Amino acid sequence: MSDVSDSIRSQALTAAVAQAERTRRFGSWYVAEHRFRIMRSYAQTVLFTAIGSPLVYLYAMGVGLASLVDGNLGANAVNGVGYLAFLAPALLASSAIAVASEEFTYPVILGFKWNPTFFGMNASSIQPGQIINGIVISVAARMLLTCAIFYVFMLVFGAVPGPLGFISVLVALLTGLAFGALVMAYTATLKDDTGQLAMVQRFVILPMTLFSGTFFPLDVLPPYLQWIGWISPLWHGTELSRVFAYGLSEPIWLSVVHAVYLTVLLVIGWIWARRLTVRRLNK
Amino acid sequence: MPEPVIVTRNLVKNYRNFVAVDGLSFEVAPGESFGLLGPNGAGKSTTMRMIGAVSTRTSGDLAVLGLDPNTYGPEVRAQLGVVPQENNLDLELKVRENLLVYGRYFGLPRARVASRADELLEFAQLADKASAKVDDLSGGMKRRLTIARALINEPRILLLDEPTTGLDPQARHILWDRLFRLKEQGTTLLLTTHYMDEAEQLCDRLIVVDQGRIMAEGSPADLIRRYSSREVLEVRFGSTQNAEVAGRIEGFGERVDVLPDRILVYSDSGEKELERMTAAGLRPITSLVRRSSLEDVFLRLTGRNLIE
Repeated sequence: MSDVSDSIRSQALTAAVAQAERTRRFGSWYVAEHRFRIMRSYAQTVLFTAIGSPLVYLYAMGVGLASLVDGNLGANAVNGVGYLAFLAPALLASSAIAVASEEFTYPVILGFKWNPTFFGMNASSIQPGQIINGIVISVAARMLLTCAIFYVFMLVFGAVPGPLGFISVLVALLTGLAFGALVMAYTATLKDDTGQLAMVQRFVILPMTLFSGTFFPLDVLPPYLQWIGWISPLWHGTELSRVFAYGLSEPIWLSVVHAVYLTVLLVIGWIWARRLTVRRLNK
Repeated sequence: MPEPVIVTRNLVKNYRNFVAVDGLSFEVAPGESFGLLGPNGAGKSTTMRMIGAVSTRTSGDLAVLGLDPNTYGPEVRAQLGVVPQENNLDLELKVRENLLVYGRYFGLPRARVASRADELLEFAQLADKASAKVDDLSGGMKRRLTIARALINEPRILLLDEPTTGLDPQARHILWDRLFRLKEQGTTLLLTTHYMDEAEQLCDRLIVVDQGRIMAEGSPADLIRRYSSREVLEVRFGSTQNAEVAGRIEGFGERVDVLPDRILVYSDSGEKELERMTAAGLRPITSLVRRSSLEDVFLRLTGRNLIE
């Protein structure tokens, strides 16, 4: 009797395991598919910002402001290159940060709270960690597209003197994800948004953009403000981007520090967000 | 006797400083329609979440389709359909798209999901709404869409948490009809409700839950027979009079319950009790004779109403 029910049980187990196997393996991708479908509904915005912002920023700052800077300081006065070449890699990294600040904030609190689709996903064979993975995959795709388009405009504007410039696209991607993963984890801690996300925008992202060596080299700042740059993922990303875009001369160990720092932030943010999600969905 | 599809033994769920589920033990047979009836806060939804393999139990044993949800979460969920209390359809997607993305979560091939989605839209009477926005659907339609979504993986057990709460009577009847068809097809239904008529309509068997504990278990008819009389006479004398009258009708029927707004007399014949009352010179403002319901069972078991 017990042998029979044991064998029925083990058959049921085998069948159940087979049924969930694909989701265990590809679940993160299924979540990304879902996100892509949502992005399709605002595809125009995605494309418009991806094309519009390089156009506006490279023109206004890189050309307009650059003529002022170069006119006053001389042709290759900033880091040994023209202002446009100096600025463009920083704007590229900032464009990745802009995607991160959009996609890792409101969509995350939406899924937990306002339109709790994460709970719906979690009721299927999907696991909480896969929800986070899927978001990262889909945002990475949008970020890569945005940065690639930005890079094309950099080429058009003649802002990339170095032959390895295309690598700065990948650096920008790493920068955006490293910062974004932390923002996503922070957003996952929010029970509700009573202005916190707007504060992040105003008091984290904006100052970070201003004090990360974006518009002027960090060493122009008084020493007591330079620490902002050292902890800022944008500074590390921008500097590394410049190394590839025009061969910014910095010690090799510093370039390694940039890459490692960004990777560590990404890993910490990602794991933290996954843990928070596991906890939050297990009610 | 076929193996039960759900087995709970002393199932417990504690939150920081309160016990939501306090030692539930019950079994659900395949194809059965099983209900958890109780007031808000009785621990029904928590129980559903533990069975749905999304909430870790504090203690006790739980097997869903022979598997422990703690170890085999995705495997258990692959065989369940879940209709949660709070709609979590994706409002950024169209009606049919909601089914498409959800089907993929079970690893189903795209073509299969697409044809299944069309069948289910038909079943849920939403075929003409396929490309509508979810937000434009009525409450009843959203619920039906949620049920369609829950069926996309052809689940062996369908979990429904308060399926008709907040729906108007017509929408409820349409929904009950759909659930009845599923039951006829052999799908096991596990549902929570605080509506006794819903429990009577849909459940073969149910447990009455209060404060995380089982108060009684049986079929609706069985529970009514055990804990109530065949009929109930409801009389109102006005809120100031009820208590005073109560003293004079002691011994009427099998039992008398004095509520703030009315008096209930449990009896095999409500009419006879009313005649007896009139003979005793009592003139209620309103009187009503009705069949006993699960509401009476609940009142008897807990001393409280289901909907407070």
